[in-house]
Amino acid sequence: MMPDAILKGKAFKFGGSISTDHIIPGRYAHLRSDLPELAKHVMEDADPTFVEKVKSGDFIVAGKNFGLGSSREHAALVIKMAGVSAILAKSVARIFFRNAINQGLPTLICDTDKIDAGDKLEVNLTRGIITDLTKDVQLTFGKIPKVMLDILNEGGLIPYITKHGDFEL
Amino acid sequence: MGKTLSEKILSEKSGTDARAGDIVIAPVDLVFVQDTTGPLTIRQFKEVKHGRLVSPQRTAIFLDHAVPSPNRQLSNDHQFLRRFAEDNDCRIFEGGSGICHQLVAEMFANPGDIIVGADSHTVTAGGLGAFATGMGSSDVAIVFALGKTWLRVPETFKISISGRFRKWVGAKDLIIHLIGVLGADGATYKALEFDGQTVSGMSISERLTVANMAVEAGAKVGIFPSDNVTQRFLAVQGRGNKYSALRPDADANYERAIIINASELEPMVAVPHTVDNVAPVSMLAGTKIDQVFIGTCTNGRLEDLAMAAAILRKKKRHPSVRLIVAPASQQVLTKAMRIGYIQVLVAAGAVILPPGCAACLGLHQGVLGDNEACLSTANRNFKGRMGNPEASIYLASPATAAASALTGEITDPRKVL
Repeated sequence: MMPDAILKGKAFKFGGSISTDHIIPGRYAHLRSDLPELAKHVMEDADPTFVEKVKSGDFIVAGKNFGLGSSREHAALVIKMAGVSAILAKSVARIFFRNAINQGLPTLICDTDKIDAGDKLEVNLTRGIITDLTKDVQLTFGKIPKVMLDILNEGGLIPYITKHGDFEL
Repeated sequence: MGKTLSEKILSEKSGTDARAGDIVIAPVDLVFVQDTTGPLTIRQFKEVKHGRLVSPQRTAIFLDHAVPSPNRQLSNDHQFLRRFAEDNDCRIFEGGSGICHQLVAEMFANPGDIIVGADSHTVTAGGLGAFATGMGSSDVAIVFALGKTWLRVPETFKISISGRFRKWVGAKDLIIHLIGVLGADGATYKALEFDGQTVSGMSISERLTVANMAVEAGAKVGIFPSDNVTQRFLAVQGRGNKYSALRPDADANYERAIIINASELEPMVAVPHTVDNVAPVSMLAGTKIDQVFIGTCTNGRLEDLAMAAAILRKKKRHPSVRLIVAPASQQVLTKAMRIGYIQVLVAAGAVILPPGCAACLGLHQGVLGDNEACLSTANRNFKGRMGNPEASIYLASPATAAASALTGEITDPRKVL
């Protein structure tokens, strides 16, 4: 599948019902045309220290219904800009799920109770396996629908349509 | 096997025998953005296509979230959107025209349409029988470029409503109750289809309120069949010729059936910080509030202002509570002035804001202070939603909001009349 089908990083743990207002609050709407400035506020209302601590490759590990609320694709975009390589959650809200895939950000459904904050994780996207290296435990994640996998493999919807010119379902 | 409303619309539009779970590609009847999602959408559109919109007459831009603009950056975003609309000959609605979802209902949405908007409350148009759903900027940019999108045909929950609402209990209480039953992710990826004897007696305004909040249970659409109420609304709005009868088949397949007896409902409140954290108003009576906000795409329509005016007539807001009212559109504002609702609200001490999203999403026009509580008629009470993560938001009907404005605490509207 993707060239870098193996992702490695540290788990940043969040609870359930993390809304798009936690991820990137509406009060920063005036920064939406200045994405680097906007990205400084990623996850601010869930964990104000997240932006300083997160490193390229790390994972957001959350409970159920991650990304509920607004359709603002900026939410997925600033998470990607922060260097997060994938989101792992028990479940993901519909619009956010589509947005994350459209941004080329893998979003995987799994039992995140088994993962603790700070655990080192390795995700094999091709084989569908998440390894918690800290605990030496393996988890599987739910299948991504084919249409979304095709979009993800092209790095997002805009690159997908740029390449194919149309939907090829 | 018969079809649900969603299966019918998506079959018709995609030219396939669409069933729940299928992926279809469908043409879009109306695509729109608003001022906080539009700029990103347009930049993405320009990455894909070095030309013009594929269907400018089916494309609309609404300036509603930050109007009149509170700062220079958003003013520049507005400029960018105006320029794009001019270059592409698409419709643009200036600040003060109203909230996108209200204007879509007033001017565009018809039974059987597919509507895609870069705003999660696009589901509102389901009140008119449209398959209307919110998407992000990339998806909308592709509709700008190609005039179509891919959709998974949703499984449907049938919500059957019977019985008569009690006095001062209505659509908002119904949908808050339903979200409490389903949970904030209880209908993720699903369609909510409303039916039953109570529905035929519900006005379009009430149906829009219910459809608007379908997304708060995670649903992809919240959709009503069309009937003579729909037909009358379209005729009044000058497009009676766009009416078509739309009903699900009697033998359609539903994933889940939920029955609600409207006569058993009480005024309901969604408690901070999630919309599915619901309670009857009696459980919260006496909770002190600092601000009441009446408006939004959920409850900023004429009937909502009528409800508030009926309760506030010849009375004053409690001195410790601020009262903010934002009509959902210019049409609503004009009618409310003509009937006298605005005069009543102003006399009661309300600040009237221009038609738009106003205080709903924390940009301006009513940002909460630390440890303050707001009772709002909006659809979301997430932490930080009204501009301050240290504040709390309760959601309720315009009647409960108006009653609470009189007392300064959460109040059952039946207690003040």
